[in-house]
Parts: sequence; structure tokens; C-alpha cells
Amino acid sequence: MSVAEKARQKSRASPYIVDDRERGLFRVARTTFIDEEILAQERDKIFNRCWLYLGHKSELPNPNDFLTRNVGGKEVIFNRDRKGVFRAFMNTCPHRGAMVERQARGNALAFRCFYHGWAFNNNGNFATRMQAGTYPEDFNSDGCANLRSVPKLAEYAGFYFLNYDAGAVSLDSYLADARSILDLLSQHGPEGVEVIGGEQKYSIRANWKLLMENSYDGYHAVDTHGTYFEYLADAIGGPAEMPTETFVWDLKNGHAAIEGNAPWGRPVAKWIPAWGEQAKTEVEDIKRELVARVGEEQANRIAVLGRNTGIFPNLVLNDIMAVTVRTFYPLSPGNMNISAWALGVTGESEAFRKRRLDNFLEFLGPGGFATPDDVEALESAQRGYAAVDEVAWNDISRGMLKSKFDATDEEQMRCFWREWADRMEDQK
Amino acid sequence: MSSVTQDIISSQVQSLSQAEIEAFLFEEAAMLDEWRLDDWFALFLEGAIYEVPQAGASDEASSSRNLFYISDNYFRLRHRVERLKKPGNHSEWPRSVCSRLIGNVRVLGAEGGNYIAKSKFITHRSKNDITDMFCGHHMYKLKLIDGHIRIAEKRTQIDMNTLRPQGRISIVV
Repeated sequence: MSVAEKARQKSRASPYIVDDRERGLFRVARTTFIDEEILAQERDKIFNRCWLYLGHKSELPNPNDFLTRNVGGKEVIFNRDRKGVFRAFMNTCPHRGAMVERQARGNALAFRCFYHGWAFNNNGNFATRMQAGTYPEDFNSDGCANLRSVPKLAEYAGFYFLNYDAGAVSLDSYLADARSILDLLSQHGPEGVEVIGGEQKYSIRANWKLLMENSYDGYHAVDTHGTYFEYLADAIGGPAEMPTETFVWDLKNGHAAIEGNAPWGRPVAKWIPAWGEQAKTEVEDIKRELVARVGEEQANRIAVLGRNTGIFPNLVLNDIMAVTVRTFYPLSPGNMNISAWALGVTGESEAFRKRRLDNFLEFLGPGGFATPDDVEALESAQRGYAAVDEVAWNDISRGMLKSKFDATDEEQMRCFWREWADRMEDQK
Repeated sequence: MSSVTQDIISSQVQSLSQAEIEAFLFEEAAMLDEWRLDDWFALFLEGAIYEVPQAGASDEASSSRNLFYISDNYFRLRHRVERLKKPGNHSEWPRSVCSRLIGNVRVLGAEGGNYIAKSKFITHRSKNDITDMFCGHHMYKLKLIDGHIRIAEKRTQIDMNTLRPQGRISIVV
């Protein structure tokens, strides 16, 4: 089969996307960002069927630890039982529905619903004694009075995911090549990595898919974030030059990453002059330990190259000047809630932890020198989509005909949208 | 605290009146409302810090252990101000319209030559036909230098559960 024939076979045109492999054109229908019915289908076909990020093992260091979280629009308890086993339950009383745990985190042997007092061991079992005759003798023989476990819970490299579809494929096969990214992250330190100091909870008045596109969009950096790079040049004491060679990884199943060098310092492990000579020695030590533990090539990817990764449908792992984990969920077509965390190396010195957090804040989060401008861009785009009748399509064709993609191309987004369309059109 | 220490603090606090500190905080808010950002930055002493912990964080939260929204040293604060003045700061261009209400000013004492003051705030930010509200309290370490009040430290505690729906701290709250 000729190249042209192969391209023709892979091409598709649907109400949602145009993927023309011959001409090198990729278009996304703007209705996908504003249509209520499409969002309803996304809840059904994507959020209720894909593996969704729940939390990191470091957030529950001890038996009986718990945290509560909204995952895919549903309230969930993520906890460890008395034996230390990681569990996840729907945070709703099987009796009449109230949340059985309303604190953000804590340590508890049991959960008790405040509405009527139904109580549950932290393994989910119903634990209230009722007077004989109140309920049938075989009440709860079917487990109807136990906390409902999430249909599927699984872990890879310390990252916990859940799935609301009991028939879903395994997490390993779902993550496919994205596992290599989680491996890289978990190898930053000899004792692994941990979530540092709390969750950033904010929102953006834009469609959730725009944040996925934005999170690994190498193309927008120079225009949207010019003021950040002006700051950075002063902070590092030299020009903030963007890399000449970058990579795009199709990690399968809609997951993708961009990878490359960048001008900022990295706590693990790329020194910049602004950190001073003492830090230079420390960074060299970190690099040496890394090389000894994972080998030269892997160490170089961890220490020098950074990467922005999107795991379908709504998990972002950006390992840049700091490491952020970010997930988000739509409240409506034009509004999403975001939760973001910082990851740090377990056991790193206080000076390095401070440097890492400073690095995070210079770019990331609601008060950073970059994220607020992304928020503005996404909200601006969302307003623009009101003209869907006049301008019906977005273009993400950049670099489509190249034999090797750069981070400033848009192939990573095309990976996302092909998967999205497959699922929405019941081809998966 | 010994009564001697108490007396020293009292005498220091008395040298700067409640009314003078209030007037200073009201003027600071006006500078921000009116985008007089160079004037605002000039209130800060060299080496000053400016921090905004996450919404709902305790007053004791530390920027070396906890993830904040903003943890600026003097260098980064200068860049924050410079950035706020540029059209390339897309989040605040065109500039938002802001209104800062300051109240409940309390002068809590003195510590190492600093006056400790707290105030409550309600800040409204309006842009793109949407008005967002921020509320919380400011904590200051102020110094009296050559008859002028200067800021050695400013911490803005956001007394909200989360940053939803505001989404960003792109202004100086």
C-alpha cells in the first residue's frame, strides 16, 4: 500500500473532527466546547468509562488515613483501612445519600453519616447495630448497607486511579506507554516522590478540553508567556532561550507528551547561576546519585529534559521548572474546576524544597507569572466560540505533514482528539 | 510576656497611632485601585517579602513547606509589578477595574522594630463583564523610617474555601 493510500485510510471526517492525513489538515468542531448534549455524552462515554486520577500514595502515609475528593463529578473517599490497604468509596450514605465524610482529610477508624447516624468501618462494612425487628433479618445480605466501593481502583508507580466502569480494561493496558512517564516521575528521588503541602483548587470559565490542549501546547509559550520569559532571563542571569530540539511522544490511547530542554533550573537536577555555588555542588550530587541509580540516559531525561504530559482524558503531569499534577472536570460546557498539586522528592533538603516551591510559583498556579495568562486565553477562546455559526472549526494542523514532530507542533493534541472522537463515536 | 516588655511594646505602638496606620492602609489600597503600581512598590523596604498562601490556609502556613499562590522576595515582587504594567500580562490587559475595601484594622503590637498590623479586606475585580470577589485579611510588618511607614512583610490570607470561581490571583488582592 502506498503512503498516500495509507493516509487516505486513516483520514476521517465527522461532525466532531476532520482528520485529513493526505492534505495535513486537522480541524475540531467548536460545538464540542459549547454543546450541552455533547457534555452529557462526555460524562457517559468518557468520564464514566476512562481511568481517572484519584491521588498519590504519599497523601495517605498511614493506616486509617483518608481524604475526600471529587473525581469525575462524584464525591469519593480515598483511604487506607486498619490493615493499611488502599481503598476508595463513593462518599454517599447508602441509606439516604448524605456524604459520610465531609472533612478534606484526616485519620479515622470509621465513617459516620451525620444525617441518621449510619456508621461504617473504614473497610466499608456497615457497623451500626439496629434493634431486632427494625429491618429484615437478612438486611445487608446483599451489601446494600455497606459503603459502595468505586467499581475499579488501581495503582501505577504510586499514582492511584479509579474507574466507574466495572468492565474497563486494566489500568496498565489503559495507560499504555504513559507508564514510562509515571516511571520517570517516580524515579526523581531514591525514595520516590511525594505531594507537597496542599491542593490548589481553582476554576476556569472555559471548556475542560481547552485546558488539556493548553497544558502541552508548546506553540503558545512565546506569545502567551512573553512576560514570564522576560522575568526568567533576569532570574537566571542570561537569555531564556527555548530549545532547538524537542520531541513529541504518542503514548497511545489518547495520551501524549512533549519533551525538551528549557532555560529554567530544575531541582532535579539542572543548576542555574541564580541558585549560587553551594547549590551547584548539591545539584551535581543529585545528578550523580541519579546516574548511578537509573543510568545515564534515563538520568538525562529526568534531570535535564522536561516534559508536559496529558493522560486521557483529564490528567496533566507537567515536569518543567517544578512538577505539577493537575486534573479538572467540567461543571458545564463553559466552566471547569481544577485541582493541582506539586510533587517533590521525598527526603529532599528544606532549601531544595523551598527552591522547588519558588520555581513552581514563578510560573504555575493562580498567582504565577504564566497560568493566569493561560486562564485568560482559555476564557477568551470560550467567548469566541459563541460565533460558532460563523466560525465553526478550530485548526490544529500545525506540523501534521512532518516526519518528526516538534513540541511547537500540535500532534499531541491530535492524539487527544482522535481518542476523544473514537470514544464519542462509539468506535472504542 | 514580662510587664517590662509589655511597656516597651506599648510605648513603641503609641509612637505610631491607630489612625496613622489606618490612613496608610487606606492609601495603599487606593494606589492599587488606581493602578499606581510604582508608588505601591515604593512602599516596600528592600528585602521585603509579599506572600499569598492558598485559600483557607492558616496564618502559620510557611512558604518553605506549603504550596502558596504567591511567595515573592523583593526581586520577584519587583518583577510582579513590572509585569502588571505590561500589555503582555494578558490576564490584566485590558486592566481590570478593582475596588478594595479595608476595615477592622488592628495594631497588634511590635516585634523587633516592626509594627504588626492586621486588616480585613473585600476586593472586587471586574473584567470581561464578570465581577469576582475576594475576601480575607492582610497581615503586615511595618516600619517607621524617616517619618514614613514602610512595608517589611505583607501576607494576604484569603478567607475563602477555594479559589472557585475566581480562578486566579492576577491582581494584588
